[in-house]
Amino acid sequence: MFGLDNKDTRLLLVVAVLTLCAPFILNPFPTDSAMAQFNAGYPDLMQRFVIFGIFAIGFNILFGLTGYLSFGHAAFLGVGSYSAVWMFKLLSMNVVPAILLSVVISGLFALLIGFVSLRRSGIYFSILTLAFAQMSFNLAYSVLTPITNGETGLQLTLDDPRVLGVSATADGSIPVTNLFGMEMRSTFEMALGPWAFQFNAGYYLCALILLAAFYLSIRIFRSPFGMMLRAVKSNQQRMNYTGLNTKPYTLAAFVISGMYAGLAGGLMASMDPLAGAERMQWTASGEVVLMTILGGAGTLIGPVLGAGFIKYFENIFSKINDHVLHSWFSFMPDGLEDFVVFIIHPFIGKGWHLTLGILFMLVVVFLPGGLVEGGQRIAKWVKGRKNKDDSASATKTPAE
Amino acid sequence: MGILEVKNVGKRFGGLQALGDVNLSVKENTVHAIIGPNGAGKSTLLNCLVGKLIPDTGSVMFDGQSVLGRKPYEINQMGISRVFQTPEIFGDLSVLENMLIPCFAKRDGAFSLNAITSVPSEKDVLEKAEAMLEEMNMADKRHMHAASMSRGDKRRLEIGMCLSQEPRLLLLDEPTAGMARADTNNTIDLLKEIKEQRDITIAIIEHDMHVVFSLADRITVLAQGTPLVEDDPQNIRGNPKVREAYLGESA
Repeated sequence: MFGLDNKDTRLLLVVAVLTLCAPFILNPFPTDSAMAQFNAGYPDLMQRFVIFGIFAIGFNILFGLTGYLSFGHAAFLGVGSYSAVWMFKLLSMNVVPAILLSVVISGLFALLIGFVSLRRSGIYFSILTLAFAQMSFNLAYSVLTPITNGETGLQLTLDDPRVLGVSATADGSIPVTNLFGMEMRSTFEMALGPWAFQFNAGYYLCALILLAAFYLSIRIFRSPFGMMLRAVKSNQQRMNYTGLNTKPYTLAAFVISGMYAGLAGGLMASMDPLAGAERMQWTASGEVVLMTILGGAGTLIGPVLGAGFIKYFENIFSKINDHVLHSWFSFMPDGLEDFVVFIIHPFIGKGWHLTLGILFMLVVVFLPGGLVEGGQRIAKWVKGRKNKDDSASATKTPAE
Repeated sequence: MGILEVKNVGKRFGGLQALGDVNLSVKENTVHAIIGPNGAGKSTLLNCLVGKLIPDTGSVMFDGQSVLGRKPYEINQMGISRVFQTPEIFGDLSVLENMLIPCFAKRDGAFSLNAITSVPSEKDVLEKAEAMLEEMNMADKRHMHAASMSRGDKRRLEIGMCLSQEPRLLLLDEPTAGMARADTNNTIDLLKEIKEQRDITIAIIEHDMHVVFSLADRITVLAQGTPLVEDDPQNIRGNPKVREAYLGESA
């Protein structure tokens, strides 16, 4: 189906079901229960899941296939965000032109940075991309203030021209982002017994774009072009002596992944129309590297899983505080309760980075293929057990 | 006039004159061996032919066109394929994919943004790659991880990859170096077969005299960066100059 083989079609369908049913899947606990804080099914967080999923899918096309580790991809995300906000300021609040412009501008920006950075490979390439991203961050923060509004960040105001729209709505407020009139923030709430599920227009737009981005990445992975990119990672010498010019291949991969990052940035601004320089900082670039490696670099679904995993931790683990811990361990004697809370304290709330760091180390050491490898091992183990049972019963049968 | 004409090529690395004044003419559809003791400049000469090194002086013409100043991939697209001393294959890819890549390079050129079609839908390239695997007796290994094969199989695959590009000149850099006797003999048989069945010119650099004398139509002996003699194999065998270069004056 759609030019994919059966296995890839199944994967695409699984991702489609997961993203489209996310409001249910991520809200498994009733609203009033003690576990409700583990619910992630609110629009803001779900949007972040899919937007960072798109970012990581694009990053994986470069890193997973060619092995070129860029440490500056957040720069493209930031450029995408700024472009989108400018579109909202100048043209209209419709997200379509904003997203298109963010993809185009970040693609051009990636072409420029890639052209220079790809003159080197390995660690030098990583350092070059990092340097470019930090330069972009600092420019956005200070020198380019007329374009980026410096440290305040670029925001919409009431006197923006918005040629195809209105500067201010009838009641004198800033108009909201929309898709041909459908407001991105509009949310339909469905109460089902003690559960409450939220369906947000912005989330569904992001989810559909994620599906398209994921589909495109499958096509790239399975194409001759994708095979060439894997060949670049495997042996550049053989590529050159097989009549293939590796430079345009790596540059094309770099630009494509930069455009994915720009798309993610544009979507981010479409959901919440502001853009700040901190989106381009090196920590943001490092985060997408973590997502891709944690999920499984070079696999199709890995980056999406990694993005979801990290964003879940960031938003859910960081919300657990001492008060919550005390309520969990209140069944223990007082002294012991305080002691347990004291031990766990560094790993939660603001300390969620510590937990994430430990998990990341465990994954890299024990599951070099990331979460995807973990899944494969479990599947193999289950299958192996089943086969063992089968063969055990098969050998028994003749004896009876 | 040969298909490959090397004229007055010299190459200096700092104080070392690696190649003095090399003249070489490789005739079409022959096997031309270049032999010589260690440090004679064989590999330097080969690197000058494929664009890895640019000689300081002289000219290298392939089929009437100069190869100097061209990148390795451009020279390959002109019709020169190279087999390396240690097999250079795509270790992370399957054997079939290894064979597909040169077939795509032959069809689509040095770069193609062929990102929307899927590999299995490219029937013509797939058939060609499968046929070449058949010819190399590797069809049963098509889904194997290329890096996990034996040295001999890797060599076979590399030669197959070069042949699938239908090169006019095949350059072999010590193709049997570090191989067991059986693998060496297999490689010799394979090269003999290629020589008989295809319109192809082969230039081979080799240490192993057994390999050289079983394959070569013509032999050039290099010593200290200059060609000592060029002759037919039977005359090279008894040539006192060659013995001297290989074994030293006392011999």
